[in-house]
Amino acid sequence: MSDKNSQGPVWEVFTQKKSGQAFQHAGSLHAFDREMALENARDLYTRRDKPFGLWVVPASAIVAVSSEDSEAFFDPSDDKTYRHPTFYDIPEEVKNL
Amino acid sequence: MTIELQEKLQDFQTYIDAEEKIEPGDWMPDDYRAHNVRQISQHAHSEVIGMQPEGNWITRAPSLRAKKILLAKIQDEGGHGLYLYSAAETLGISRDELIEQLHEGKAKYSSVFNYPTLNWADIGAIGWLVDGAAVTNQLSLRRTSYGPYARAMFRICNEESFHQRQGYEIMMKMANGTPEQREMAQDALNRWWWPALMMFGPHDNQSQRTHKGMMWKIKRASNDELRQRFIDKTVPQAEFLGLTIPDPDLRWNPDTNQYDTGEINWDEFHQVISGNGPCNRERMDHHKKVHEEGAWVREAAAAFAAKKQAQQN
Amino acid sequence: MNNQAALFQYLLQLGDTNLIIGHRLSEMCSRGPMLEEDIALTNFALDHIGQAEVLLHFAGNVENNGRSEDDLSYRRDAEDFMNLKLVEQPNTDFAFVIGRQFLLDVYQCLLYQKLSKSTNDELAGMAARFLKESIYHQRHSAAWIERLGQGTNESLGRMQHALNQLWPYTAEMFVDNPAWANLIESGVVPSATELKKEWYERVSKVLTLSGLNMPKASAEDDSLNQSIYLEQLLAEMQYLPRTYPDAKW
Repeated sequence: MSDKNSQGPVWEVFTQKKSGQAFQHAGSLHAFDREMALENARDLYTRRDKPFGLWVVPASAIVAVSSEDSEAFFDPSDDKTYRHPTFYDIPEEVKNL
Repeated sequence: MTIELQEKLQDFQTYIDAEEKIEPGDWMPDDYRAHNVRQISQHAHSEVIGMQPEGNWITRAPSLRAKKILLAKIQDEGGHGLYLYSAAETLGISRDELIEQLHEGKAKYSSVFNYPTLNWADIGAIGWLVDGAAVTNQLSLRRTSYGPYARAMFRICNEESFHQRQGYEIMMKMANGTPEQREMAQDALNRWWWPALMMFGPHDNQSQRTHKGMMWKIKRASNDELRQRFIDKTVPQAEFLGLTIPDPDLRWNPDTNQYDTGEINWDEFHQVISGNGPCNRERMDHHKKVHEEGAWVREAAAAFAAKKQAQQN
Repeated sequence: MNNQAALFQYLLQLGDTNLIIGHRLSEMCSRGPMLEEDIALTNFALDHIGQAEVLLHFAGNVENNGRSEDDLSYRRDAEDFMNLKLVEQPNTDFAFVIGRQFLLDVYQCLLYQKLSKSTNDELAGMAARFLKESIYHQRHSAAWIERLGQGTNESLGRMQHALNQLWPYTAEMFVDNPAWANLIESGVVPSATELKKEWYERVSKVLTLSGLNMPKASAEDDSLNQSIYLEQLLAEMQYLPRTYPDAKW
């Protein structure tokens, strides 16, 4: 990858559709500073649907699990069935549990 | 090829065959990466260069409503270019490099944008035919195997849905307007029909890259398949307008249940691709000029950001 | 001039100003310094054209002569346009685009704020809607003024030059047309002279923060009511409806 960068760093954009909902990844953009990133995100990713909230995050700040590590990271959670409510046998007569 | 690499390739193919998506950090064959960079960047450049022929009529749009619609539409094209550049960037190439490749002629864009827009009906014809052809391709690309590309396609297809309709609406007004308007409409169809068909690329048996693209599920339908799909849905739309498609060999084939057509002028296709279309030069000059004129602005923004950063630390 | 005729003229001034700035911004489509900014400028163009459409539609109703917003946009001659000369000024470079926008945005924020309290409910409602757009425009243009002012020597020079060139056209914003005296008195529209002090303060605050000088006003500024650009601009904009008067688009 070349280090030439005349378009500013990449930012990731997250939008929240309604109050209280989780933020979702919308896409990426280039911007030189935080204000520009926020404004560009507004013009790019909120042209159609009015969102409730908007985040921008420098792409370089995101830490991701690499695919090589993913088995070690995620597979162990597969066999912890006791974390799921269906693991437990509760008589039908018992309500609100 | 080492045994280890062979196994990796096999696993990769199995993964793709299971309709799983490849994500940026995943291992992928160099060819897969290169194929995606080439296809996504060509797609991105097409959106961005495609702003020019239509942009040519924004200032002359004949009503405030038409002006707003056209502006919003061209703005979308810019946005789509941007989504696609972002998808390409996840493969390890910067936007600067992508633009450089465009300016050096190493990256292509769709040849259809090298034709001029001569009258207002051209704006209708572009929306109807060019966007219609593009969306036929894009709908199938929502199932492409590279995750960021597929996600960009979903977003783009959602936004594109009004583009073709606005184009057809202009065609309806022109086809049902004064004799002069009707003439413009037919003239626009005459000039845009064949370039729109060429957008799907060479015949399958002539296309060198189709095989690998299909194997890796980067492309999900062949050029000829998509072209036929477009023709079959567009011919009745032209009939509704009362306009004539400029192909004397066009007829319905009841045996195949699709339209038979005359042959595309492939000489013209190759001429335009190799840079000899009516507007190749103009499109590229415009893009380079704007890019160069914007340099001082980008430098200023970078300098300002650096100052702010220094103040924070 | 009776009140209806005065209101018609006033609405033309507001509508035409938005129409022409919308046109100038629309010329920037595919010409932004980066794709993101291209898209932002188009949004502003769309906002202004949208405002023009609403205002000219209202103007047509007030005039009550059967003219639509399209008739008023496409079938009037240059001498009948009432827009501020500031918005006709060409897109010489990005500093001109931003400078022109910022000077206008601050003005429109102040104006729409006052107009949102108009005794004319319809006008007040429109202004309240437009105000939201203008506040965002001002945020965007002011941020760019700061970036260009504090960016490089070149950007500082270009920004200052653009402001100096555009400055004479700002005087017109604060001149009350005598024909509107009744409208002002009855609280339909604010007095333009009232906006000047706050406009000056807001502009000066941003320029100072950005390391830019306030341009000097000159005595001739008031006489700058001729501009060479409008006719050219309209010839292009009105080309189709004028060439094919019977056509419907």
